[in-house]
Amino acid sequence: MTDHELTRKAVQLRRRMLRLIARAGAGHTGGGLSCLDILNVLYNRVLRISPETVNDPRRDRYVQSKGHCVEALYTVLADRGFFPDAHLDTVCQFQSPYVGHPTRKIPGIEMNTGALGHGLPICLGMALAAKMDGTTSRVFTLLGDGELAEGSNWEAAMAAAHYRLDNLVAILDHNTLQITGPTQEVMNNAPLEEKWRAFGWEVRSVNGHDYAELTAALSAPPPAGKPLFVLAHTIKGKGVSFMENVGKWHHGVPSESELNQALEELGE
Amino acid sequence: MSAAAPSLFSPAAAAMLKKLGLKKGRANLEEFADTLQRLAVADPNIVVVTSDSRGSGKLAPFGQALPGQMVEVGIAEQNLVGVTAGLAASGKKAFGVSPACFLTARSLEQIKNDICYSDVPAVVVGISAGVSYGALGSTHHSLHDLAALRAIPNLTLLVPADNFETREAIQFAATAERPVYVRFGKAAMYDLHAPGTTFEVGKSLTLRAGTDVAFLATGETVVHALLAAGFLEEQDLSTRVISVPTLRPLDQTAVVAAARECRAVITVEEHLVHGGLGEACAASILQAGVSVPFRIVGIPDEDTVTGSQADIFRHYGISMEGLAGLALDLLDPINTL
Repeated sequence: MTDHELTRKAVQLRRRMLRLIARAGAGHTGGGLSCLDILNVLYNRVLRISPETVNDPRRDRYVQSKGHCVEALYTVLADRGFFPDAHLDTVCQFQSPYVGHPTRKIPGIEMNTGALGHGLPICLGMALAAKMDGTTSRVFTLLGDGELAEGSNWEAAMAAAHYRLDNLVAILDHNTLQITGPTQEVMNNAPLEEKWRAFGWEVRSVNGHDYAELTAALSAPPPAGKPLFVLAHTIKGKGVSFMENVGKWHHGVPSESELNQALEELGE
Repeated sequence: MSAAAPSLFSPAAAAMLKKLGLKKGRANLEEFADTLQRLAVADPNIVVVTSDSRGSGKLAPFGQALPGQMVEVGIAEQNLVGVTAGLAASGKKAFGVSPACFLTARSLEQIKNDICYSDVPAVVVGISAGVSYGALGSTHHSLHDLAALRAIPNLTLLVPADNFETREAIQFAATAERPVYVRFGKAAMYDLHAPGTTFEVGKSLTLRAGTDVAFLATGETVVHALLAAGFLEEQDLSTRVISVPTLRPLDQTAVVAAARECRAVITVEEHLVHGGLGEACAASILQAGVSVPFRIVGIPDEDTVTGSQADIFRHYGISMEGLAGLALDLLDPINTL
């Protein structure tokens, strides 16, 4: 898929995700928009996984540690054909398996997440299993800014370098905002690059909305024995002017008029 | 163990052990480690995850024999459970092993979400459970684990009493397709079961038949219930002793039958009196519409005394004398030991 095609697809994915959230009456709009381009690249360019290979032990794994942005993941998985698009209309409805955080009941989802600081340790276990089995599987997780305050991330960060897990990739959706406000004010996680390097990781810093940069960072293997940290600079609410960098859209749900305005801005 | 370690048993209880012909086995911890290593030699898919706990878990020989099947995460219990879950989700038969006190408190959320809610076939092994580390203080006691884990869906809870139950529990866990928690201590245990006994998860094991009083006991307390039964038999009281190695799913049939068929029921556990075996049995009995004199023996809701496991058991009446005395009180309030 070309960059142009991915860009076209991103418009459709953003539109679909916003309609999904408006219909569900719930969702994490700002973070979903900030990580959507990362997911677009992962599922359409990087991950060796498809609806046909969801049970293949040699598949790549993706675990969304920032599970609250599940609407973006549902939208991308539906687009990739893991389940019918109509299922998106059931998100957060009574007894729907499409709950507000990822679960393994949904085809294509590897683990149940939602409590923060869990994805990286889980992926560490998956990456170790791949090494033990001698497969070339790569294991990816997506972290949020706020969740880096969870100490379990740093337990796993230390262990990943200890075990030289060059098949493990942690991506930070670095939109710099969390529910209370700027991460820098809530609990400063800077300097990120230095921290992850100090923990023994290969660090790549990219524009998290640039397909060429994301593709290069995520596709090229890190140096042997080094886990890979991709610092993806993103914009919370990306693509909708009145949502960009506005904290209230962390889990704000667009009204009908706001939805229409957003869809108009995004275009077809 | 130091030479000064006090015996679990009073002289009278030691005499009863002899009278009942009970033979001393080894620590369930050692049985666990050997069983797991034997299984792992045969099944390279078995992986053990430790948090600087291979010594405490008697797993150093495992690590030497099968280094490729052991993952050390350092003192990081949250990571230990997450890694165990990730390994299990990738097809490994993963055993996460750490002292029960840390494993089921610090990493409770990982057990809840990464293992139980995600429904991966991981095994969580709480070693030196209860008051095995009695003298080290409450940081090192796990008197909450069964209560905490009973409140989390999708987790089989196994509390073996002797080497046989431990071996069977680990063998079950190694092939289980759903999450399992196993907890045990580090003191040498007496062999409680006759050769040829069948172990089935979800079923209790009746060690003695009787109709005056029933002891429903679990883990390292079972032997004391058996001794109390021997004592009570000498008073011509017919005493039922049931070992309950599976706390979940609880053998409700046996529990309710004991309440229906005996004049009194006493539960015994190395756990707080809240949320463990006793309250599970009480709920079963009450919901079956049975009323029976009933007591829960365990560690009371207070600042737990410290000392050896033996000291603490004796202090709280988890002993032949304590349990037999309670039975006599319960059967006839004017009786005294």
